[in-house]
Order: sequence, then structure tokens, then C-alpha cells
Amino acid sequence: MLNELQQRFRITFRKGADVRLISHLDLARAWERALRRADVALAYSHGFSPHPRMFFASALPVGTTGRAEMLDIVVERPIGLSDLTARLRGQMPAGLEVTGLAEVPLTLPSLPAQVVAAEYEVLVGCTDAPAALQERLEGLLATGSLPRRLERDGKPREYDLRPLIQRLWLIGRRHDDCLIGMRLQADAQGTGRPGEVMAALGLHADVRAIARTQLLFKA
Amino acid sequence: MAAPDLLDSILSGVTRPGRYAGHEWNSIAKDWEEARLRVALAYPDAYEVGMSNLGLAILYDALNRQPDVLAERVYAPWPDMEQAMRSRAVPLFSLESRRFLRDFDWIGFSLQYELNYTNVLNMLDLAGVPLLATARAQMADVPLVIGGGTCAYNSEPMAEFFDLLVVGEGEEVVLELARLHLAVRGEGAAAGNWKPEFLRRASHIEGVYVPSLYATRYHSDGTLQAITSSGGAPAVITKRIVRELPPPPTRPVVPFVKAIHDRGMIEIMRGCTRGCRFCQAGMVYRPVRERPLGQVLHAVDELLQHTGYEEVSLVSLSSSDYGGIETLLRELSDRYGARRLSISLPSLRTDSFSVGLAQIIQRTRKTGLTFAPEAGSERLRRVINKGVTADDLLRTAEAAYSSGWLRVKLYFMIGLPTETLEDVLAIAHLVKAVRDIGRRECGRRAQVSVSVNTFVPKAHTPFQWWPLMDAQMIRERQAALRRELRGPGIQLSWSDEDTTWLEGALSRGDRRLGAVVQRAWQLGARFDAWGEQFKPAVWRQAFADADLDPAFYAARERSASEVLPWSHISAGIAPTFLWDEFQRGLRGEPSLDCRVGCADCGVRSAFMLSSCPTTAADKGA
Repeated sequence: MLNELQQRFRITFRKGADVRLISHLDLARAWERALRRADVALAYSHGFSPHPRMFFASALPVGTTGRAEMLDIVVERPIGLSDLTARLRGQMPAGLEVTGLAEVPLTLPSLPAQVVAAEYEVLVGCTDAPAALQERLEGLLATGSLPRRLERDGKPREYDLRPLIQRLWLIGRRHDDCLIGMRLQADAQGTGRPGEVMAALGLHADVRAIARTQLLFKA
Repeated sequence: MAAPDLLDSILSGVTRPGRYAGHEWNSIAKDWEEARLRVALAYPDAYEVGMSNLGLAILYDALNRQPDVLAERVYAPWPDMEQAMRSRAVPLFSLESRRFLRDFDWIGFSLQYELNYTNVLNMLDLAGVPLLATARAQMADVPLVIGGGTCAYNSEPMAEFFDLLVVGEGEEVVLELARLHLAVRGEGAAAGNWKPEFLRRASHIEGVYVPSLYATRYHSDGTLQAITSSGGAPAVITKRIVRELPPPPTRPVVPFVKAIHDRGMIEIMRGCTRGCRFCQAGMVYRPVRERPLGQVLHAVDELLQHTGYEEVSLVSLSSSDYGGIETLLRELSDRYGARRLSISLPSLRTDSFSVGLAQIIQRTRKTGLTFAPEAGSERLRRVINKGVTADDLLRTAEAAYSSGWLRVKLYFMIGLPTETLEDVLAIAHLVKAVRDIGRRECGRRAQVSVSVNTFVPKAHTPFQWWPLMDAQMIRERQAALRRELRGPGIQLSWSDEDTTWLEGALSRGDRRLGAVVQRAWQLGARFDAWGEQFKPAVWRQAFADADLDPAFYAARERSASEVLPWSHISAGIAPTFLWDEFQRGLRGEPSLDCRVGCADCGVRSAFMLSSCPTTAADKGA
């Protein structure tokens, strides 16, 4: 329902190491409370079970940090951009940091529906020489298909992991660790998971950290 | 300090790792080096349970306000985390600084439930701290192990593991102990053993129980002969109270992970005047002290500003009895209604006034209303002094269902003194009457949830001499209720039999049960309060290994002359009062609410109170 007084803001934020281990639901709750402390009047949906109009672009799994996560909020009491920025600043818990804030039209399509892919950096312990690791990555990319199966709602679902891997590259090496970059599909047709890609590379046991570096949207 | 990389790799492999991550809003991480007293506040259950405990939040706040004191939190690691910690040799660490518990000066346990006892031992063991106080006595660098909370009213089963226990309200006592600690450490030589001197002087502080200064002797039949004090410690330890409720904490730690009570809490009143004879809380939290209305409103405002909670709970033992409760609710509703603040008002009296209160604050009628008639027949309710009539209950049900609530939850007990099968069947009549009212008002959607708990007689209540009912009789009565309460619109739940006898034994037990708790822990008992974790066979084995019988503690009637294991602890109530109330109960004679007429329970003179109860009106709103 469109209310002339409502506004929509798009928040870009970092979910850092201090809150790496909280779940998406925990994160949503933390955001709600931060906004309430900041005296920002979130609009609520109507109906039997009203919930705050907060829309995350994509849920981050437990254990993954996010450098450029996004969240749309709808507020029902007018507030200016600089006022919102100032009020939020003092209310963010450790590990959560607002890196961007903009007012956007209420009529913009739903944020989560605009996501098409996500990029990750995965830190792995590796004893492989860089050239050997590069070969592993290329080997995976050269594979035609990677059949997988997933249990969803008690029913097994079969899918192919390979087309979900859009890009895969070696970023660099630091002492005993390697940094691997990947761009994975993330939309209604399929979501690639970095853990799965690392397992397909045979490196799952050596993963030290996973960071989502950015989300990619429809043009 | 726990190595970050090692911890990271452990945490990646456990369930709900957010429990161990810390960094919550309002958590306080003070400078370790600057603090002269470092306290680890420990709740011996999972994070989600411990974070819902108001007592620890009060102590966390009180201690951290002291410039030279640091207080951090620790909770019981879940079995998967425990296993990971043991296999990677990571000792138990605090949430704020991740320092190992053994590096703190005190480890303070909140003992709210006997079925948490094995977690206490497990946490000490994980911390690398010897379990027995005697083993720690000569170790100047090992933390003092301190306990407090409801179980301190009979802590004997755990007495050998604690250096010191606080009986009663801890806010002031804990600061006195802190000052004493700093004084004793300041005086003595750095290398000397300061503990005996500290404990000796601490035992003179009102409300402090130092178990090592008390010796127990037994008759040949296993009953206690005497509990005698030494070293100048008082023969009887009287609980501590605060004369006036200090301002409530308004910056509690806000968990990321969902706590079982995931809301802000403001205590509006301490104590209860109803005098229900089965209720330990009603006895030990006397006298009643109400928080002035203005203070409550101010506190709610601050709490919301500092936490962002969407729900606030107004905590007390009997919320309908708070003077000015209606005014309070209307005011809160006016101020915060537009913000969609939910207000939770537990512990409602069973009357339509309470339904009226619920209507002021309930924004949706999704959840049900809960009432506790406790007994099915008028006669039995008079025995237990629960002043609720059948008429009260039915009118309340009618008010609830006709106002839009679809669900009413009722709490009852079985195994009460003088109970007959008729009394138990009366529960079924009442429940069906309530269900019928619901159907009349709301049609088929009306529901009644009935929770039937087995009565465990508690220390410091008029029924403390009464035995736990025989298990077979309990089973028969539960079966009778299940037969009578089958059918649509009624959900019935009842107590677990093994939980009941264990609770009965531990809450009424003596010091010899320490060996049982320790053995049970050794055999793998953990998180006994959690159904899926509880291992009754382990406990039966532990009792057998110690050559003790749980029935001796739980299911044996005590005589008036028997020395009870808690006879050296006083809640300020005269023992004659408890015995008189017991006899009145057996005769089925009710007693008055002490707001109506003082029954001389002893608290007034024990604490030299000029007014009792102290109402919100007395203090000026």
C-alpha cells in the first residue's frame, strides 16, 4: 500500500568478523533493533502478522562475512538522508557498518528479486604451488557438468553446479594461504554456494574464511 | 586468552556458533589490566537461557559500574562445543575478552534450577578449576567459586563445590564482597594465601554462607543430627534483602541469537503477599517492595532507547497486585502504542480484572492468556491457600474468550497434600467447563491448554515437610486426567517422572548428594533440564554408586523435629509460621493475603521493617 509519507532507503553495509557467526535471522533482528534505537519508524506490512518492511538483497550464511551487503527499508515517518545517516551511526553493533545510504523511489522493484549473482573471496590454506592451484581451477572450469543433489523440504532435488559457476580465478597467495575469487549465480533459477565450489575443487577442508565481496544486480 | 584461529576453526563446526561469539550490543569489555577485581558471571545453562536471566543482568550492571571491577559473562557450552573444546584443549573462556575462566578472580554461578548442577561442574572442569572447595583452598591463584540465586536457599548438594554462596538478593552484597576482596588482597602479601582470611571475614557479612565453616553430622538413620558453624560464622545465615529496589538496569546486553525470553525486562515489584503454601518464591522473596510508578515509566523509556527491543516484560510474582497496574499499562499503551511496542504481563491473577489489564496492552490476540488455578477442587485450593474460586476461573475464561482470545492456558498441580482422586478429577471438570465457555464464545477455534505439573515440596515453604507423592499414584492420576481430557479443543501436558524425582531429591537433599552430582557428571550428565539431553539412567547409577536413595530425600515425610538440610539458612520467616501454615493447610483453612492483614510471618521483625509491604503509593509515584 502506497503512503505518500513513506520513504524507501537503500542501505549498503558490511557484516564483519565480529558478527560473522550470527545467522541471517539474527542479523535481521539486529537491524530492526538498531533502527529502533535510532528512532527510525519502520513501516509495517498489513494483515494478520505484521512485520517490518525491511528487505535484504540476499541472506548471508552463518560464517560468511559480507563487504557490500544491501538492505532496503521503508519508513513511515519522514526523515532526511543526513539525519538518518547521523542517527544510524551511533547505533550499529560491533561488526556492522553502514558503508552507503541512499533514498530510492518507493516504486522500485523488490531488491531481492534484482539479484543475479554474487562474488566471493575464499581464503584457503594451501601447500600447492600457485601453478598447481591454477590448474585445479581451470580443471573445474573445463568440466562440462557437476551433478549435485540437495534435500529441500524432505525432497531430493538434483541440479548442476557447473553453470552456477560464472567465474573462478586465483587472486593471489599469502604465505601458506591462497585467495580464490568466484562469481556464482544467485537468482530464482539457482544459487551457487562457495562451500560447494571448494568441495568440488577438493579444498573444502582447508577453507579458512569466506567473504562475499559484492552482489550483482539486473541491469 | 583463546587463540583466535583455533577458536575460529572450532566455531565453524558447531551448532549456533553465535552463542560463543560475543560482541553483543551493550556488552562491556573493560580494560583487563586496569581492573583490580575480575569476575566471570556464569549461568550454568545454554546461552539462550542464561541471557534471559534478569538476576545476572543486574549483577553485570552493578559490578561493571565499579571503576576497578570488571565483570564478563560465560554460559554452558553445548555438548558439541564441549567436545570440540576438549579435543582441541581449549579451556572455557568468557564472552567479552575470551580470557580463560581460570584467570578471573571469581567465578560467580547463578543457581536457579537444580537440574543445572551438572553444568556447574562441567564448566569448572572445562575451565581447569578443581571442583572441590577443599582442593582449591590452598591455591591462591585459582578463582574463588561463588554461587547465588534461588538454589542458595538449599545449596547443600553443591556445598562442597562452592567457596561462598550468597543467600537472597545480591545487588548490595556483591559490592560488599568486592570491597572486602580488594581490602584483603591489598593488605596481604602478594604470595600469601588470602582465601582463608577473605572467607572468614566474608562469613560475617549478612547473607553470606561459607560452607567450609559448617560441619554436618548424621544420625545412623541418615537424617541430619546437626549443622554446626565454626570460626565465628553465624549459626544461621539470614538472607539479604535490599530495603528499596535500586534502579533497574536499562542497558542490558542485547543478544544476537534468539534468547528464550527475547525482550526487555523491568522488575516492577519484588515479593508476593498471597501466601500460597506451595510457592517457594512467594515465601523467600518477602517482603513485597513495589517500584514507584514514575521509576518504572522512566526505566521503560531508557530501556527502549538503549536496546531497541520490540517487547518489554513487566516482571513480578503477581502482576495484578502491583498498585497502580492499570495506570501503568494505560500510560505505556499511550506512550508506545504507535511504536508497536508489545508489553508482556506474565503472572496474572485469575480474575476478570486481569483480563481487563490484558486488553489494555494486547495489540493482537494471537497468543493466549495464562492462569494458574493449581488445584481442581475448592477444598484443595483452600489447603494450598490459592485464593481462586471456580467462579473466578469461569468468569475469567468468559472474559478472555469473549474479548477475542482463542486460547487459554491453565496450570495445575497433582500430588498436593491431602489430594484425593476426586480432587484430580475436579481438574477435568473445570477444564471442560472452560472449554465449553470457549466454544460458546468462539466456536470450534477455542482452545484450552492444560499443563499438569507434579508438585515437588520445596524448602522454606509450609509444605517443606511433605513428601513427593508416590510415583505409581502420580501415574494413575495422570492417566485419569488423560482419559477425562481427551477430545477436541484441549491440549494436555504433564511432568516427566524422572525429572520430578531428581528435582525432589536435589532440592531437599543434604551435603552427601555432592558425591551423586559429581558422579552423574562423570558419567556424562549435562543439560539435565533439557528433555533430549536428560539421562535418568545415569542419575540412578550415580545414586547407587554413592549408596544413596533419592526417595530418602524426595519422597520421605519429615517430622517436625527433624533437622532439615537447610535449617541453617533463613529467609527471614519464623519456622513456627511455616509449621502453623502447614497445619492450617492440612485442615483446609485459608490464610489471608498479607496486604489485608499481617500474618506475622517473621519478616517484619527479622528485617526491622517500618512498613511491610512497601507499595508504589508509599514511595510516591
